[in-house]
Amino acid sequence: MKLDIILAGVGGQGILSIAKVIGDAALEAGLYLKQSEVHGMSQRGGDVQSHLRISDKEIYSDLIPHGTADLILSVEPMEALRYLPYLSPKGYIVTNTKPYNNIVNYPEVEAIFAEIKKQPRHLMLDADAMAHELKNPRGMNMVMTGAASKYMDLDYALIEKSIKAIFGRKGEAVVASNLATLKAGRDFADAQ
Amino acid sequence: MNDKKKLLLGDEAIAQAGIDAGISGFYGYPGTPSTEIMEYVQRDSVAKERGIHSLWSANEKTAAEAALGMSYAGKRTMSTMKHVGLNVAMDSFVNSGITGANGGIIVTVADDPSMHSSQDEQDSRILGDFTMIPMLEPSSQQEAYDMVFHGFELSEKYKTPIMLRLTTRLAHSRAGIAQRPILAENEGSLPEDKRQFVLLPGIARKRYKMLIESQKLFLEESEKSPFNSYTDGADKSLGIIACGLAYNYLMENFQDGGCPYPVVKLTQYPAPTGMIKKLVENTEKVLVLEEGMPMIERSLRGMLDRDVKVLGRMSGELPRDGELNPMLVRKSLNMDVVLGADIPETVVKGRPPAFCMGCGHIDAYNGINQVIKDQYGDGHVFGDIGCYTLAALPPFESINSCVDMGASITMAKGAADAGLFPAVGIIGDSTFTHSGMTGLLDAVSENTNMVIFILDNSTTGMTGGQDSKAFGKVQQLVAGLGVDPDHIRTIIALKKNHEEFVKIIQEEVDYNGVSVIIPTRECVQTMMRRNKSKLKK
Repeated sequence: MKLDIILAGVGGQGILSIAKVIGDAALEAGLYLKQSEVHGMSQRGGDVQSHLRISDKEIYSDLIPHGTADLILSVEPMEALRYLPYLSPKGYIVTNTKPYNNIVNYPEVEAIFAEIKKQPRHLMLDADAMAHELKNPRGMNMVMTGAASKYMDLDYALIEKSIKAIFGRKGEAVVASNLATLKAGRDFADAQ
Repeated sequence: MNDKKKLLLGDEAIAQAGIDAGISGFYGYPGTPSTEIMEYVQRDSVAKERGIHSLWSANEKTAAEAALGMSYAGKRTMSTMKHVGLNVAMDSFVNSGITGANGGIIVTVADDPSMHSSQDEQDSRILGDFTMIPMLEPSSQQEAYDMVFHGFELSEKYKTPIMLRLTTRLAHSRAGIAQRPILAENEGSLPEDKRQFVLLPGIARKRYKMLIESQKLFLEESEKSPFNSYTDGADKSLGIIACGLAYNYLMENFQDGGCPYPVVKLTQYPAPTGMIKKLVENTEKVLVLEEGMPMIERSLRGMLDRDVKVLGRMSGELPRDGELNPMLVRKSLNMDVVLGADIPETVVKGRPPAFCMGCGHIDAYNGINQVIKDQYGDGHVFGDIGCYTLAALPPFESINSCVDMGASITMAKGAADAGLFPAVGIIGDSTFTHSGMTGLLDAVSENTNMVIFILDNSTTGMTGGQDSKAFGKVQQLVAGLGVDPDHIRTIIALKKNHEEFVKIIQEEVDYNGVSVIIPTRECVQTMMRRNKSKLKK
């Protein structure tokens, strides 16, 4: 099995917390993992990406080769399109629809959506709104993780388990709230 | 499969290896992509318990020298820096090749090909080669870990510093690491020869001859190194030399069944000429894959470039600049490349980094622009290296230079000497103590007509908020260097102080001499982290 995921977003949106949840689940399943991150200048509101590679065989490259990613998981719609050259012809795009508008020439949102819809396999959701509805305004990342989990060859229970481990220190209420946002994302994907 | 492995960044693997291999002190200055090495040691409970030194140094030169001092005293040590930091440490680094070591010493340098967070993409291997010391260039996180042990063995066997060179992708990528049994730290011991480190000409000449003599021993080590290998392949139409991380990009393209061509994996230098000779003699042409500048490629070509048919960055099979990736390596092998869809350029815009919301630099630049740019025009402001360099971009477009650490002050001085008025320099607090103080002293001693802004955010911001040596003492340092106290002006960088700030700037522009204005306010990122950790307690 191999699962290559491009995580995309804007510096400060916390894509590494998604990488952590999925990565821990993969390790729990006894799989190999490599995860490249962006540190430094771009973390100040620039575009950031993380290449998350999971496999049952040893992994060589830290970077996902172009045209082979199984999934682009983006927490921002314009950023979902930045990594299309990496996506395999059979790959999925799962993206948040809430724009992060910190540049003067941010394009029309409808034009971005139209481009995403041109891709054969895509799932769009307003993860910020869903997290708000569940009274977990910072739970957007977990909604996205839940939605994307449908397209990952990873046991959903293992993802839940890693959330329990990661947020365990913060108390049961925080764990429960994050599990609920994860589930909301997954339910949305299942309903499509 | 990955039982008991620890998931670590390449940087962290090096830090963990150092702790496990009995290091007594790490020294460094923050710089992407090397910063996380020191940060890991600072957090590590074993390192704390053992009292391993891990506080930041004022700059890379002081770090490299302190590490050399620890080696002199017989203990294992490592200095860490980014590639351009090695330029700052160069004086000490080159001469440490000649002094040699006592306790094991590794100089870890993280290069940044493609300039993700840097001013250039120089290849530190060339400087290690220049210094004539052995170098290690890991192809994976596990190798980075193992090479620290190997590096200390070599360093103590030959009494020489070792360079460990890595690049951004390895530094900032995580993988599972298998740890080794822990080695005890060295007991302190003085060098046998008490003049070993005295580079008076008479001694330096002798030591330099010894270094030259050592070259053949270093080469023998490379030929038998567990990190270099010659793997034969059936197809002799091509031979491949894969250096460091490039080895992984090569193997990524041959997941099933292995590479059909003979391959030299080169991760310990000096380059193993025996292996390379065998490759050249047994293949029709040689492709060189290097993450960085074409160092091996160029030496293989030689000045006349006619004895060996070489492919690589210089002949166009690979781009001349920028980092490699699996796709570029695949192309160089003439294998099919299937790209995903094109980026729809009309709706995907550049998203450069920007100041954080509420950043004090915004208030500083609003004042500076109003007085300097609006009145005297664009072209008067010398910038430096840190978050505040972002003011080169819209909407501020305030600064006209960013060259190297500390160059704001000295370039402003040179321009003032040339008659530029006003001549303005802008530098951060940590960059000021790194390399700005000596330049300010030059200006003070000539009472140059210039205005220097030290944007004091009480931290080393761009690299993620490390402690600043200048913390709480910028004003004192400036006064100590001899700036007239009447022309050291401090102000809190806030919107409500804008009018007062503008007035101060105008007064100091009008003053004929050295003025230092210090807009002060804590970095918002550091403040948020501080408040968060307070809440936890």
